[in-house]
Amino acid sequence: MALPGTQATAPPAIELRGISKAFGPVQANRDISLVVPAGTIHGIVGENGAGKSTLMSILYGFYRPDAGQILVGRRDAGITDSQSAIRAGIGMVFQHFKLVPNFTVVENVILGAEDGALLAPSVSRARKELRRLAAEYQLDVNPDAVVETLSVGHQQRVEILKALYRQADILILDEPTGVLTPAEADHLFRILKGLRDRGKTVILITHKLREIMEITDNTSVMRRGEMVATVPTRETSPEQLAELMVGRKVLLRVDKAQAAPGTPILELSGLRMVDRAGVERLRGIDLTVRAGEILGIAGVSGNGQTQLLDILGGYPEAGAQVTGTARLAGRTLPLSGTDARARRHAGIGNIPEDRQAEGLVMDFSAWENTVLGRHRDAGTALMDNDAIRSRAAAQMERFDVRPRDPELAAKNFSGGNQQKIVVAREIESRPILLLVGQPTRGVDIGAIEFIHRRLIELRDAGAAILLVSVELDEIMALSDRIAVMFDGCIMGERLPDATSAAELGLLMAGASPSGIPPEQGQPDPDEREPAKGVI
Amino acid sequence: MTRLPRWADLVLVPLISLALAFAISALVILSIGQNPIEALKVMVTGALGSSYGWGYTLYYATNFIFTGLAVAVAAHAGLFNIGAEGQASLGGLGVALVALSLPWPHWGIALPAAMIGAALFGALWAFIPAILQAKRGSHIVITTIMFNFLAAALLNWLLVNVLRPVGSMDPASAAFPATTQLPHLTDMAAAVGIEWGRNTPANISFLIALAACGLVWLLIWRTPLGYEIRAFGRSERAALYAGIRPTRIIVIAMMISGGLAGLMAINNVMGEAGRLLLNSAEGAGFIGIAVALMGRNHPVGIVLAALLFGFLYQGGAELALWTAIPRELIVVIQALVILLTGALDNMVRMPLARLFGAR
Ligand SMILES: Nc1ncnc2c1ncn2[C@@H]1O[C@H](COP(=O)(O)OP(=O)(O)OP(=O)(O)O)[C@@H](O)[C@H]1O
Ligand SMILES: [Mg+2]
Repeated sequence: MALPGTQATAPPAIELRGISKAFGPVQANRDISLVVPAGTIHGIVGENGAGKSTLMSILYGFYRPDAGQILVGRRDAGITDSQSAIRAGIGMVFQHFKLVPNFTVVENVILGAEDGALLAPSVSRARKELRRLAAEYQLDVNPDAVVETLSVGHQQRVEILKALYRQADILILDEPTGVLTPAEADHLFRILKGLRDRGKTVILITHKLREIMEITDNTSVMRRGEMVATVPTRETSPEQLAELMVGRKVLLRVDKAQAAPGTPILELSGLRMVDRAGVERLRGIDLTVRAGEILGIAGVSGNGQTQLLDILGGYPEAGAQVTGTARLAGRTLPLSGTDARARRHAGIGNIPEDRQAEGLVMDFSAWENTVLGRHRDAGTALMDNDAIRSRAAAQMERFDVRPRDPELAAKNFSGGNQQKIVVAREIESRPILLLVGQPTRGVDIGAIEFIHRRLIELRDAGAAILLVSVELDEIMALSDRIAVMFDGCIMGERLPDATSAAELGLLMAGASPSGIPPEQGQPDPDEREPAKGVI
Repeated sequence: MTRLPRWADLVLVPLISLALAFAISALVILSIGQNPIEALKVMVTGALGSSYGWGYTLYYATNFIFTGLAVAVAAHAGLFNIGAEGQASLGGLGVALVALSLPWPHWGIALPAAMIGAALFGALWAFIPAILQAKRGSHIVITTIMFNFLAAALLNWLLVNVLRPVGSMDPASAAFPATTQLPHLTDMAAAVGIEWGRNTPANISFLIALAACGLVWLLIWRTPLGYEIRAFGRSERAALYAGIRPTRIIVIAMMISGGLAGLMAINNVMGEAGRLLLNSAEGAGFIGIAVALMGRNHPVGIVLAALLFGFLYQGGAELALWTAIPRELIVVIQALVILLTGALDNMVRMPLARLFGAR
């Protein structure tokens, strides 16, 4: 019954037999069979669009398969909708949480699972149960905290609690670490191990092979809608998994030539930003990015990186006060009273951190999205939609966007392919400065390799690139210089060869660089503009 | 959630909703002891059985096309314009002021001027709620509703105190000069030798409404502005990212919407009444909401939905005339159509989607 390599003794928690699902012409899942032994953590990897989320949505009753059978504990689970999936003991933690922001944790947990018409007894019973679950699984969240005041990591724990409260034995997590800080991710893994040790079964979808190696017992690999392998994790390696996923050898690190930095393209001095609530988010940022180099900004998310990118992109949050000076290719860049269009005209490209909310209009087709922000560039009264369509098709070809269908709405592409649409648009606009926020969040390793290579090509063609990422590996691999941001300040700059993850980690945590002046690592401090006072 | 194929979404869902609405209406008619088949016959022959019936159906449809387009343009920007009624009334004021201000030599000159007046007044009436929404965050639904009441009060006051000719007992403006009388479709048909729709109010405005449909289609799907309106309506943050300024889009979309609603006045005020009457819009602004909903905010759908409501209006009037079915029941039928095609359309869509998903 069990696949080769899985412990034949453990009874399966879940068995899928011959699952198929098509969306129009796209065969998202093709005849998939999978056995997940109880009490294990089972990783699922695969390229963007391989069909992982679709398969999990079928398991959770969100989609009906065209063919196939789902067995839970050897019995046909009869999953027709999410309710029956929950009854069968399956819980799901979505990447985009489905919580009511202004409800408390308890209220969110019992939502839809209230017993009886009166709320009060449910609430007090739930609170007690939550305390127990939280203690048992290290899920410490205050049951009475309002969800919107919680950090992303804590909100995710609420989602897990929700599933456990509904007595889930099988927990599905779809790319849970994409939104977490490294520390939060570590905590999540401790929680997942705790769940496994108490006999629960966990299915984990991730693009990070490091996570697969660290925590899973078995790993399944999907490729183009099919299940190509299931292996015990300790008998495999990241290289082997990568090859199985992509069908060819993948370079797990980027090759790049030495940068040849030219003239300064972006010069920031004394950049400050106070948000509407009066909180100072940026406290005097001085930065220079030169033509032909990548400046990586490392840091735990929420330390002002988003604000920095938004200001440079031309859309600081409403009511924010921005001061300081910015110059682009020697010309003063106005910091207020401007918009994203003016920024694009000045030659700034922007790959935003949140592609779904900002980089794409999800209801628009792919081809319409390829001109987002540049829809007026043709300067004609009517848009030449046929030309845009055919250019979009060619662009999708060059960036290997799958499926290659310009008419498909952006929301129907898998996450990584959505990102490729954005990256293609921004890189091919030939910017002199490219702002890049979390370029590979939720993107598969093949596509990461591809996007990294394109960014380096752009750099070699003479563009300046400002890269913000919470992935230290990515920062180390791509950057020619690294600046570390903490609490709205640049803590210091380092050269990637002359630093270590440990040192950067210290800077990211706000430890002041002992005795090292912050200028160290700047290629040519003398050429920098003298810092101007704050206006 | 399984999604419906496009054709089912566009054709099947409205047709089934409509069939349901008619079925329930039939039950209601039965319950008051009348014959629903007979009633339907009266409605169909009354509205569609003669060129006379068609003349009225098209006249009503013209109103609904303008207001339906108005609601749709705002909806593309994610704005719910409930104020088409007030904007159409103000459009009437614009038409009246233009028509009465100059001794127009010919309708061909008066019409463009009246269109500008109608659109301008409608647009201005939409401008205030738009700017309040854009700058102050006052919700457009609330403000446009309030502006409907303000428009009614304003016109009431103007018609009683300012525009009413001396000695007239009617709260209405003076009659427009005969030279501003728009050609009726009857006259236009007669010009090419066809006898069609005598004594009906359908006039050249119907053709202008169709032209407006074409222009709105171009605007929304072919111009950069339309792109911005749709992008803003779907995702405000993506619009900001793209350099689309919310204030600008809210104001422009609402003014276009108000202008379209105002334009309706060339049909009812200039084409039919020939003077400005109290309550000239007669609820067409509200029907426009249903028309836009049913027409999926697309000009083609709007024309079809407007024709349907034109049919219901004219057929309903016939029903009241020739049967013992009370007038109120006609309103009930219209309400059922609105309810089922607009508000409850998920009730039809969900089972249908399941049906398609199960295949
Ligand atoms: N609702 C839908 N309509 C049309 N196509 C869809 C829909 N949902 C998914 N697809 C397509 O099905 C395929 C599988 O998508 P899925 O989201 O399962 O991929 P994934 O493996 O989760 O990818 P990622 O790693 O990027 O999240 C993709 O080609 C996607 O475009
Ligand atoms: Mg996915």
